[in-house]
Amino acid sequence: MRFGLDDDREALRSTARDLLDELCPPAAVRAAWTAVPDPAPWQALAAAGALAVLVPEADGGLGLDETYLVPVLEEAGRAALPHPLTETALVAAPLGVAGPMVATDLGGAGSLVASATFAEAFLLVSGRGLRLYEPHEAEIEPVETVDASRHCGRVRPRTAGEAVAEDPDAVAAAFDRGVLGTAAELLGLSRAMLELTVGYAAQRHQFGKPIGSFQAVKHHLANARLEIEFAAPAVLYAAYAIAHGQPDASRSVSQAKWLAGRAAAVAGREALQCHGAIGYTTEHDLHLYLKRSWALARAWGSADFHADRVAASISA
Amino acid sequence: MDLNWSDTQAATRRELRGWLEQNLAEWRAEIGAERSGDTREGFAQQLLWERRLFEAGWSAVAWPEAYGGRDGTLWDWLIFEEEYWRAGAPQRVTQNGIQILAPSIFEHGTQHQKDRLLPRIAAAEDLWCQGWSEPNAGSDLAGVSSRALRVDGGWVLDGQKTWTTRGAFSTHLFGLFRSDPDSERHRGLTYLLVPLDLDGITVRGFGRLDGDEGFAEVFLTEAFLADDAVGTSVVLGEADRGWSVAVSAASTERGLLRSPGRYQATVAGLLDLWAERGGDAALRRRIAAAWMLADAYRLQTLQTVTALLDGVDLGSGASLAKVWWSELDIELHEIALDLLGADAELEGPWSKGHMFALAGPIYAGTNEVQRNIVAERVLGLPR
Repeated sequence: MRFGLDDDREALRSTARDLLDELCPPAAVRAAWTAVPDPAPWQALAAAGALAVLVPEADGGLGLDETYLVPVLEEAGRAALPHPLTETALVAAPLGVAGPMVATDLGGAGSLVASATFAEAFLLVSGRGLRLYEPHEAEIEPVETVDASRHCGRVRPRTAGEAVAEDPDAVAAAFDRGVLGTAAELLGLSRAMLELTVGYAAQRHQFGKPIGSFQAVKHHLANARLEIEFAAPAVLYAAYAIAHGQPDASRSVSQAKWLAGRAAAVAGREALQCHGAIGYTTEHDLHLYLKRSWALARAWGSADFHADRVAASISA
Repeated sequence: MDLNWSDTQAATRRELRGWLEQNLAEWRAEIGAERSGDTREGFAQQLLWERRLFEAGWSAVAWPEAYGGRDGTLWDWLIFEEEYWRAGAPQRVTQNGIQILAPSIFEHGTQHQKDRLLPRIAAAEDLWCQGWSEPNAGSDLAGVSSRALRVDGGWVLDGQKTWTTRGAFSTHLFGLFRSDPDSERHRGLTYLLVPLDLDGITVRGFGRLDGDEGFAEVFLTEAFLADDAVGTSVVLGEADRGWSVAVSAASTERGLLRSPGRYQATVAGLLDLWAERGGDAALRRRIAAAWMLADAYRLQTLQTVTALLDGVDLGSGASLAKVWWSELDIELHEIALDLLGADAELEGPWSKGHMFALAGPIYAGTNEVQRNIVAERVLGLPR
């Protein structure tokens, strides 16, 4: 029995963190609200092997499992990376789709797809399977969303595309991987919002003291820390369960998504409250993370959807 | 990363499961109607149970065999706890000795103190209660004012301890006393080991919210504590430096006092209740949520124990666990009462468990204090 990130996994995490700190700072996320995201962080992630963690070594990948990818996805969430890392590295890569930046409607409602305006390939639900389309094979209708850096659109295929998965089990497994990746990103977003707020609470003075010295503020932030503390092992376990084909894998990803969604909801609310009016502006960076977390909390299955999946599996 | 139990660990679990099944049945046949361990009659019943546990080597699995344990690791302790609560075994009346005092003896005690005290704790021969809280020192433990005056051959104790769980039935008390009369707050405190049968000590049990004689007040009036009143030195750690000893125990109490196995067993009970009574979709989601929260605690504990065995200090992280399990316990019991509906007012394990759960955010340092600790020492917010 041994549970936790070892040095190899920590090394991948810190590689991702360093390159995202440099190439995907809040200014880059903000810029992605009004233009196609700068490809620099994506290219750096690709060069570091992060897109191909799950690709076999024989095919030029790292040949590792989901427990290595999850820490990287947490970092992507922490940076609010506007590119589809979960969709590309965790959903599509194990289906043999390696290379293009992939967007998918698998976790959305109907035809809603994130990264629709700049993805290099679309993985779309078709009957009981999944098919892959190049951008010119699809009709892409951009839509306005609360987090404009998501670049969502309605995507409808114009051709038959290419069959990628026809087995419903493979589709279900791809969905579970998407849920896992989203949970990891939500966890990272929660950490980012908490870090931002701890920094602000130490520096912002009212009544002649840093607001972080007030017990009411401390308790808000302790609550956020608590949710993160207990969501993180569940996210890691879900990755382990998928990697090792455990019978509870689907339940575990639902648990991870539910807990990480809750962590993001608590961290987001506490962060906004502790920032006060400055956090309620679009000039401050908080809204970049907040709006992303609202979108991801409901994408790939809502809290109730996942609670019901868990209930069914524990015979409640 | 490897989430499999070893063959030896799996064998230990099987052996324990069989042992618990057989011995719980035998013990229950022996005692007749089972009472709560917080009543005088129930306490006596549970001492019989504790001695069974000890004789079979299950009372403190993670301790060295020389002290009455099983030479196990923290993993064995987690397995023990899972099986223990799963089997529906009673609360441990030896808990304060085994889980709060003993870790401090292991960390701060002399060899003689270990040899003398630990086997008697494991065997439920000495029954220890915790003498920390005083009428004016609860969350603010550094505010203790009970005094210990150094005299020739021992100490003279004066003051009052209170809200002492099972104090009325215990034989010994471990506690903090102000030994330097000129000291303030955390300084000048001594951690003393006190037999409760000394002249000058009066113990009065009184009712707790959950209805039993579960609390006690301990009055100390010029009680003379000889240097070797417990067969070895009565000072744990150094005189006037008891605070650090108490703090290490507090961390143990918060972090590992309540293992995940307890809550997994409570969730299993909730699922049985659901199967029996049913309820609406909202209640079903609350049960699923409770399952997820309890399981998250299990996973976080696996991570914590991995880190502890790697030599990482649990430290202030223990406060996170304490808030989590105590608030989880209340939610689990509130769901049960909601499933029971109007029957929830009947005396029974759920109504009793609910009242006991409500103590969780209060004892071992209130959750408000724990949240302050998380904010200041984990997040680094200013004091």
